[in-house]
Amino acid sequence: MFELLGVPPQALMGQLLLGLINGAFYALLSLGLAVIFGLMNVINFTHGAQYMMGAFVAWMLLQYAGIPYWGALVLVPVIVGATGVVIERLLISRLYHLDHLYGLLLTFGLALIIEGLFRQQYGSSGLPYSNPIPGGQNLGFMFLPWYRGWVVGFSLAVCLVTWFTIERTKLGAYLRAATERPDLVQAFGINVPRMITLTYGVGVGLAALAGVLAAPIYTVNPTMGANLIIVVFAVVVIGGMGSILGSIVTGFGLGIVEGLTKVFWPEASATVIFVIMAIVLMVRPQGLFGTPR
Amino acid sequence: MAEALLQVSDLHGWYGESHILHGMTFEVGRGEVVTLLGRNGAGKTTTMRAVMGMLTKRTGSVRYQGRELIGLKSNQIAKAGIAICPEERGIFASLSVKENLLLPPRVKDGGLDLEAIYRLFPNLRERSTSQGTKLSGGEQQMLAIARILRTGADLLLLDEPTEGLAPVIVQQIGATIRMLRETGFTIVLVEQNFHFAATVADRHYVVEHGHVIDMIPNASLESSRDKLKAYLGV
Repeated sequence: MFELLGVPPQALMGQLLLGLINGAFYALLSLGLAVIFGLMNVINFTHGAQYMMGAFVAWMLLQYAGIPYWGALVLVPVIVGATGVVIERLLISRLYHLDHLYGLLLTFGLALIIEGLFRQQYGSSGLPYSNPIPGGQNLGFMFLPWYRGWVVGFSLAVCLVTWFTIERTKLGAYLRAATERPDLVQAFGINVPRMITLTYGVGVGLAALAGVLAAPIYTVNPTMGANLIIVVFAVVVIGGMGSILGSIVTGFGLGIVEGLTKVFWPEASATVIFVIMAIVLMVRPQGLFGTPR
Repeated sequence: MAEALLQVSDLHGWYGESHILHGMTFEVGRGEVVTLLGRNGAGKTTTMRAVMGMLTKRTGSVRYQGRELIGLKSNQIAKAGIAICPEERGIFASLSVKENLLLPPRVKDGGLDLEAIYRLFPNLRERSTSQGTKLSGGEQQMLAIARILRTGADLLLLDEPTEGLAPVIVQQIGATIRMLRETGFTIVLVEQNFHFAATVADRHYVVEHGHVIDMIPNASLESSRDKLKAYLGV
């Protein structure tokens, strides 16, 4: 087999696949953040905790109700999304007339509380969740585990459906318009506060969906979201706050960049995304796909 | 005056802490075109936003078709049959011309259909896939008016539709307003330019410091010219 810059193709492809997997999670999570930020101007710091809740609720459904992975894939976003609706109605909606900073502090505090509660109940060592589609296929140049292929394909599909809904449908037109002028959209007869509540629920549901996808790959752990969300925020900043396409493209793209960095310069792989973020902030502060606000 | 479609009495309005409207009282009959004239900062735009329920706080009475609207939110007021074309036009940059046009939902039957709107404003058909804010100022104004004609609203609040536009476009908007009046729409128009107002309106309310100080029927506008000039400071 050929070698590329002294790197065997198996290692390269393996890291590329890992990068794509990470990218799938970056994309799904930053997509939810983008949807929420676009309409609500709230930087949802609870997002990581809600991703973790997704994984935990999937685990609980299996453990206590015997509901398998495929059922969880449908139920968990609805259940965790509903908790998001309650949080928005009870707490976040009281902060819209204040500075953004208050929403950020509230959601950050909520994340700490939620993670603390789960750690108290389940400890921090992590819980196993078995792989629903074991096995895989040898593609000649690499081995593709079925489940990882499924994660990449499914999250790409979810991203595209979300993009289509926002950019190409009537409902999406309401969302885009309300992002610009909520007062005017409401004066045209649309119940904007209800739309905002549901949007937050959908954004949280996307985080929870990512959590279900992650459960069989990573251990179900109270801190799994806190570790990931920092990178996801960097992805959001690079893609452009509130940009749907930006979060999808940069999510997958940065996952791949990170994977390649692991091959060619392993020491830099943990920081490469933040280096890119710093460069983007200097050259194009609104992000690669963002519009200046 | 015909049967009153809109009756506003002792309307007070606030933006945050600042008290802008101090007891606005006026009526608009069904099928009438009525203007609010006044200097900058008199409270004309605020009155429109107050009727539409777009202020942080309003008190007093706004009755529409006999129904009290003062406690309702703006989306409920829209459903009652009132539509606004705001001063800054409010064309959405992230929506195409057609999406802008179709954005306001139908609130009842009787609005113009898309084909009728395109006949009225042929430019909008040609440019239906362009980004809303890529249109010229005049076209954006047409779009802002056009999109509230399909909803079935009977009362249109047009806030300075001629502001900053070339004379030929202003004439076109004047013709449009007269046509809408003939179609049966009731219109409240905010204007700085009373020469334009005189060509389209039945009556004029003069607004100062957040309340109505005079009402002048269009027929006696000529004889009231000096008085009006003093009011408006022109």
